[in-house]
Amino acid sequence: MSDTSVKFYQVGSFAVGNRLLPAAAGSVQSDMERTNALTSGHRACQGCGEALGARYAMDAAMRAADDKVIAVNATGCLEVFSTPYPESSWRIAWLHSLFGNAPAVATGVAAALRAKGRSDIRVIGQGGDGATVDIGFGPLSGMFERNDDVLYICYDNEAYMNTGVQRSGATPAAARTATTQAVGPEPGNIFGQGKNVPRIAMAHEIPYVATATVADLRDLETKVARAMEFRGARYLHVLVPCPLGWGSQSCDTVKIARLATQSGLFPVFEAERGEVVSSTPIRQKVGVEEYLKLQSRYSHLFSPKRRDDVIDKLQAAADRNIKRYNLMPEEAGEL
Amino acid sequence: MEQPFAITLQVESSLANHTGSWRVERPQYVNLMPPCNNACPAGENVQKWLYTAEDGSYEEAWRALIVENPFPAIMGRVCYHPCQTVCSRAQLDEAVGINSVERFLGDLAIEKGWSIPVTAPSTGFKVLIIGAGPTGLSAAYHLRRMGHAVTIRDAADLAGGMMRFGIPKYRLPRNILNAEIARIEDMGVRFQMNHRVDNVQDAIDDGFDAVFLAVGAQIGKRAYIPAGEAARILDAVNVLHDVADGEAPLLGRRVVVYGGGNTAIDVARTAKRLGADEAMIVYRRTREKAPANDTEIQEAIEEGVLMKWLSTVKHADAGVLKIERMELDEKGFPQPTGEFEELEADSLVLALGQEVDLSLINNLPDVEVREGTVHVDSNMMTGRAGIFAGGDMVPAERTVTTGVGHGKKAARNIDAWLRKEKFEKEPIPKVVEYSDLNPWYYSDAPHAVRPRLEGARRASNFDEVVQGLDESTALYEARRCMSCGNCFECDNCFGVCPDNAVIKLGPGKGFEFNLDYCKGCGICVTECPSGSIIMIPEKS
Repeated sequence: MSDTSVKFYQVGSFAVGNRLLPAAAGSVQSDMERTNALTSGHRACQGCGEALGARYAMDAAMRAADDKVIAVNATGCLEVFSTPYPESSWRIAWLHSLFGNAPAVATGVAAALRAKGRSDIRVIGQGGDGATVDIGFGPLSGMFERNDDVLYICYDNEAYMNTGVQRSGATPAAARTATTQAVGPEPGNIFGQGKNVPRIAMAHEIPYVATATVADLRDLETKVARAMEFRGARYLHVLVPCPLGWGSQSCDTVKIARLATQSGLFPVFEAERGEVVSSTPIRQKVGVEEYLKLQSRYSHLFSPKRRDDVIDKLQAAADRNIKRYNLMPEEAGEL
Repeated sequence: MEQPFAITLQVESSLANHTGSWRVERPQYVNLMPPCNNACPAGENVQKWLYTAEDGSYEEAWRALIVENPFPAIMGRVCYHPCQTVCSRAQLDEAVGINSVERFLGDLAIEKGWSIPVTAPSTGFKVLIIGAGPTGLSAAYHLRRMGHAVTIRDAADLAGGMMRFGIPKYRLPRNILNAEIARIEDMGVRFQMNHRVDNVQDAIDDGFDAVFLAVGAQIGKRAYIPAGEAARILDAVNVLHDVADGEAPLLGRRVVVYGGGNTAIDVARTAKRLGADEAMIVYRRTREKAPANDTEIQEAIEEGVLMKWLSTVKHADAGVLKIERMELDEKGFPQPTGEFEELEADSLVLALGQEVDLSLINNLPDVEVREGTVHVDSNMMTGRAGIFAGGDMVPAERTVTTGVGHGKKAARNIDAWLRKEKFEKEPIPKVVEYSDLNPWYYSDAPHAVRPRLEGARRASNFDEVVQGLDESTALYEARRCMSCGNCFECDNCFGVCPDNAVIKLGPGKGFEFNLDYCKGCGICVTECPSGSIIMIPEKS
C-alpha cells in the first residue's frame, strides 16, 4: 500500500449515513431534520417498500426544491394507506386525485403556478404502477408530449396490490398474481406482454428519465435532485417491493430490491432526452434465482417441479438488461 | 375542526393511529461480542478502540485500549494477534490489521508522552509481585490503577522478563520496551530489581497483604541426547538471554536448533544475525504441526534459515550430528524410520520448551504443584489464601499476551479478595457470527500491508524487521473494521424504516425505536451492517 493518501470511510455511501463524513455530505435520510413527508401512523403493511420509496423521494424533492413542493397523488395503495379519512400522513402540500388522472391534475397545477408566476414551486405527480402503466397512461403520455413542468414518480410494485394483487402492465413474466391464471395455462404471468414505461418515457424524448430502487438510497436521492434541475416533463421509476403481493418476508424488502438490481432484472439507469447517459454497475452479481426464491409469487418455479426452462428465460432477460444497459462494464471490457 | 377551502385532512393527523399495536415482535439494539474481543487473551475491547480511532481520536482510542492492556506498542510487535485470525472481515476480503493499528497507537503514545494518571484513592493495601515480566507488570499496572500500593521484585537488573531476555531486538526494540515499562513506573509502582525472592514466606512477612507469583518458565527443558565430549550443546533460553545481555555466545559457522516453537525460531534467526553461515531448525514433526507461529517461520525462511522437518537428533559430536528421519503415523504422531544421516554442525541449541523454577514456593505446602506448574483456582489464587499466581507458572498458552491477560485477571481477583469480595466476571454476550452481519454496506478495501525489511538485508543485523504504518494507512486499516455486533451510527435503521419509527438521538447518542409506530417489520434488522439489532417477541 504505497498510496498514503487513501480516502476511505468504512461504509462509504452504501449506508444511509456515515459519521466519518461531514454532515453536508450525508444523505437526506440521515438528516435528523429531514421532512418526513410521509410520517408515522400510515396504514401500509409491515415492511412496505412503497411507503419507504415515497418518503425517500419526497424528502429528497423537498430538500432540492427548498421545501416548495406540491404533490398530486393517484389512487392506489399509497393514497389509501396514507390518507384514510379523517387522517393524513403527509407533511407536504398534497392533492388527492383519481386513479387515472394524476398526470393531468399535475399538469393543471403546473399551469396554475405558471399563471401565478410561481416558478419557485415545483410539482410532483406520483402513483403506483397501476395508475401509471395502465389506468393513467394516456394522461401521462400527454403530460410527456406537452413537456409539462412536472416530475412524475411511479412507485412500481408490479401489480394492483391495494385491491388484492391483480396483474398490471408492470407485472413481470412468470410472477403469479390473483388474476394471472386467466391469461395462460401457468399460474405465472405470461412472457412477452406488459410495458416498460421508462423506455416509453424515453421515447417521448423528455428531458430526464431515470430508474431507482429502495435498495440504493443515495442513487435515488441523487436522481430526484437531478430531476429537479430540469424544467419540463421528467419521469422517475422506483422499484418498491411489496411483501404482501410478492409473498416475501417483511424484513426483506430492501434486500429483495437489492437482489433485483444485482441480478440484472431491474436495470438502474438515467436518460436525458431519449438517450441513456449512465447506468449503475452491478457490484455483486447474483443469479436470478437468488431473487426469485425469496418470493412466493415465483414459488411455482421451484415446486412441485423445478422449472429450469422458465428460470432460464428470466435469466436471459436479466442478461439482456446487463448487456443493454452496460451493467457490468468491467466484464464487457474484457470480452 | 373548521378547515380552509378544499383542505379536508390535517397535516400528519395519522400520528393518532398508533400502528405499533400491530406488532408481534419488536426490534432491540444490542451490544454483542465481536470475535476479535472474544479471541483476545488480554481481553482487549478491540472493536471499541478501533471505533474510537476511526475518526482520528487517537488518544481516546489509546486510552480505551489501555483499560485492558498497558502495552500497545509491545503488543503491536510481539502479539500473534488471534483477533485477526477470527476477524469477520477475513470472510469479506482480508482480516483487519488490528495489530498494526495497535502498534500505531502505542508508538504515538510514546512519541506524545501520554501518561496514565492514578485517579483511584489509595486503598492502603500493599501487594507484592514477584517477577517483572509481562504478567507481573500487567498485574502491577492494574492493581496500581485500582489504588493499591504495588512493589515488584525481580532477580534481573532490568524489568521486562522474557520480553527483554527472550524476545530478540529485531522483534521488539528495547527503547519501546523501556518506554512502556517506564510508564508503569511513573504510576508509582515500586521496582526492586536484583532482588531474587527465594522464599515467598519471608516476603509475605515484609508486610504485604497479597502476593502475586509471576516468575515465568525460564529453565530450558532437557532432552537426553547421547553426545561426545567435544559436542557443543547450548540451551535456547540461555542463548537468547546472553544475546540480550550483550554477551553473544560462540555458536560457530553452522548452528542447528532443535525444536519447533517460537523460541527455536528466535534462536535460529538470532544465530543468522550473529554471523552464522547456516542456521537450521530440526524438528520431529512437520511445519503444519510445529507450534511456532507461521509468520515467524515464514520470516525465518525469508532470512535464509533452513528447515529440516520430520527429523530428530540421535547423537551429537564435535562438528557433526546424527539425524534420524521420522514419519507421521495415521494419528499424526512422528515415528522413527531407522534412516539416519549426518549433519555438520558447530553447535546444537536445544529449544524444547521451558519449565518453571518452583524453588521459591518450597516453603509453602498449601501451594499445590501439578505437572510442573502451579495450580490455581478460577480466581487465580493458589491453595494459600492471598497468594496468587499467573503467566507461564500456571497452565496456559505461553505468550506475552496471555501473560498480560493473566496479570489483569489476577489484579481483579486480588483487588476483590483484599476487599473481602468476590470478583464476578460480566456474562459474555453472544459472539457475532458472519451471518449476523450485512456485509453489503462495507466499502471494498483490501488489507494494508506493513512494510518489512528485505529478508537478506535484515538477517545481517538486529534492526526491527516489521515496520509500522503511517497515520493515513493506520486510519484506513481502522476504518476497515466492521464493528461486529456494535452500532457504529451508520444511520441505516433510521433510514430504512418505512414507518419513520426510528428516532435518531444525534452523534454519539445512537438511536431509539418509537414503539408507538414500529410495526415490527424487521427491515432495520436485515439492513443493519453490524448485526446490532435483533427482533424479540412481544409479550402476548
